[in-house]
Amino acid sequence: MDFELTDDQVSLQEGVRAFLDGRFPLDAVRGIEAAGHLDRARWQELGETGVFSITLPEADGGLGLGVSEAALVFEELGRALVPGPLVATFLAAPWIDGAAAGETIVGRFEPGTPVSVLEHPADLDALFTLADDGVRRIDPATITTVPVERPVDALTPLAIVEGAVPKGDLIADVAAAERARLVGLVLTSALQLGVALRATELATAYAKEREQFGRVIGSFQAVKHLCADMLVRAEVARAAVYAAAVALDGRSDDDPVRAALAAKVLAGDAAIANGKSGIQVHGGIGFTWEVDAQRFWKRATVLDTHFGNSDEHAEAVAALL
Amino acid sequence: MDLRYTADEQQFRADLREWLGDVLPGLGPEPHREDWDARRAWDTGWQRMLFDAGYAGINWPKDFGGRGATPTEHLIFIEETERARAPYVGMNFVGLLHAGPTLIAEASDDQKAFHLPGILKGEHVWCQGFSEPNAGSDLASLRCRAVRDGDDYVLNGQKIWTSYGHMADYCEMLVRTDTEAPKHKGISWLIVPMDTPGIDIRPLETMEGTAEFCEVFFDDVRVPVVNRVGDENDGWRVAMVTLSFERGTAFVSDVLESMELVRDLAGLAKTITSNGATRWEDAGLRREIGRIAAEFDALWALTKRNISQAQRTGLVGVGGNVFKIAWSDLRQHLGDVTMRLLDRASLSLDDVSELPTGRHVHARFYALSMTIAAGTSQVNRNIVGERVLGLPKDR
Repeated sequence: MDFELTDDQVSLQEGVRAFLDGRFPLDAVRGIEAAGHLDRARWQELGETGVFSITLPEADGGLGLGVSEAALVFEELGRALVPGPLVATFLAAPWIDGAAAGETIVGRFEPGTPVSVLEHPADLDALFTLADDGVRRIDPATITTVPVERPVDALTPLAIVEGAVPKGDLIADVAAAERARLVGLVLTSALQLGVALRATELATAYAKEREQFGRVIGSFQAVKHLCADMLVRAEVARAAVYAAAVALDGRSDDDPVRAALAAKVLAGDAAIANGKSGIQVHGGIGFTWEVDAQRFWKRATVLDTHFGNSDEHAEAVAALL
Repeated sequence: MDLRYTADEQQFRADLREWLGDVLPGLGPEPHREDWDARRAWDTGWQRMLFDAGYAGINWPKDFGGRGATPTEHLIFIEETERARAPYVGMNFVGLLHAGPTLIAEASDDQKAFHLPGILKGEHVWCQGFSEPNAGSDLASLRCRAVRDGDDYVLNGQKIWTSYGHMADYCEMLVRTDTEAPKHKGISWLIVPMDTPGIDIRPLETMEGTAEFCEVFFDDVRVPVVNRVGDENDGWRVAMVTLSFERGTAFVSDVLESMELVRDLAGLAKTITSNGATRWEDAGLRREIGRIAAEFDALWALTKRNISQAQRTGLVGVGGNVFKIAWSDLRQHLGDVTMRLLDRASLSLDDVSELPTGRHVHARFYALSMTIAAGTSQVNRNIVGERVLGLPKDR
């Protein structure tokens, strides 16, 4: 047993971080937010970097790596707050042309209650859903939607789905859909882990520089302990996310279903709680549009609704007890 | 990242499992928690069986009579003994996990030759005399005095939280040998035989009404200078050396026990009915238990991360503090849920109406000590904030 990252995994993660620091700094992310739609050139760069083809076989132009490596990459994407249907496009890479290369932006339709929504409706070239009988491709143009004027996360534009959604065409079988659901759970957890980690970094940096009562606020135990708890939540979530990824790669005796559910519960809760603490540590300025703390909390709230929220996953874990 | 066990590790597990299956039936039933003499005999008897089979001092170096197991083998050892419901270190946890490793690192050859076999064979039980009424989180401010008189130190003062002090043969003890020096620089580490005249051991009744801890009073207790480990006034460093022996395995049995408690509690919820429905049909409660189970799964994964890190680098790093903060909070959360689930059956420390609730109520009590013992969660958060996140100290 060796749960440490291999040298190759460390290099991969460092490489992706360097790429994202260069092409998706928070300034650039704010630029995408202001534009109101995804940046296709940058999306294609993600594809060229291999973000969507990590687990595709090398013969199909992929990197031939595992879910473990994908999780490390998606942790970095979450950390950088990269917007867009990242997990959906990744999952679609084997089924929909252009997804792997970043030429086609692929969304996923997930029926919801009390409403169903489409994310990034104006940017989608293709759409699929994980149905009971397999993976079904739906033409986005056949769905009637009403745009949401003020989405909670300005980096995740939304539209409300009105009326019936066509069944779509079967493009992969039930086993593929089941697998995609588990991989999707784990990669979404990895995004949430990244959100939780970056929120911790931003809050800690601010606590070291902001002065009140003649000293930096990070020297006050009340603030220090908020930051410490953020790190604790993120590190516990990291263990759960990596364990789930390893289980999906068959490099573990753990039940991959339970591990994936646990990862989503832990990472989802960590992202939301750290997003909230991140705003708290910033104080009043944290409640403003200008400061990025709120963007991480907003992304956390969006990701919690993907593949079911943490309550549903807690329920599913209970069913396995 | 690979959580599978190597062929050697699997062989180690298989051999251990077979041995446990062979010998455990001969051990006899676990004594009542407060039958101290019987518990000592049971724990030390088990230690002797481990010694005879070559499993004693599982993580101690081979040169000092241990098994020299890797951190992962140590994990497997605890996992298998828990699974088989065999004892672990029991009453001599201080000797096996703390004093022994300290002696290995710092003691003289004579001290090692006498004491290490006594611990490994189950002949001697050790306790710890570190904390004092006025030296808790601020341990280095301890005041129990040791004054040199010829070949002896003369000890006066008080220790507290000394687990199994009334059953121990030896005490690893920190004493003040220099009152003028800065607090960390005037401490020495002594081996104190517990039958030395002048030692008064008084059981300290816990909030559960049991007496695992003791207060120990020292009144002109003479301890030979040759019982000092390390140099005079270098005892703080000696005591801290043991921390560097931690390989992430410190809480393995606790996590496994916690996971079993959750499974057991889910089972109980399926049998207890209220208003014609089982408690398990309460979706809110069910989800909360599911969430707690997921969180313990995560802490089990974190344990493996910490152990893997120790195996690679020799150190656990921040993972140990992170684990302790999260685990102790989670155990208390579990305790709260236990209370709501058992409702009035949670008001008895013993089983009621043939429901196996006593262990859950005991666990709920015990959880309250977990955010205090071995470093309070507040001190641990300071450590994480300052040493990991680099936030400034405020003293």
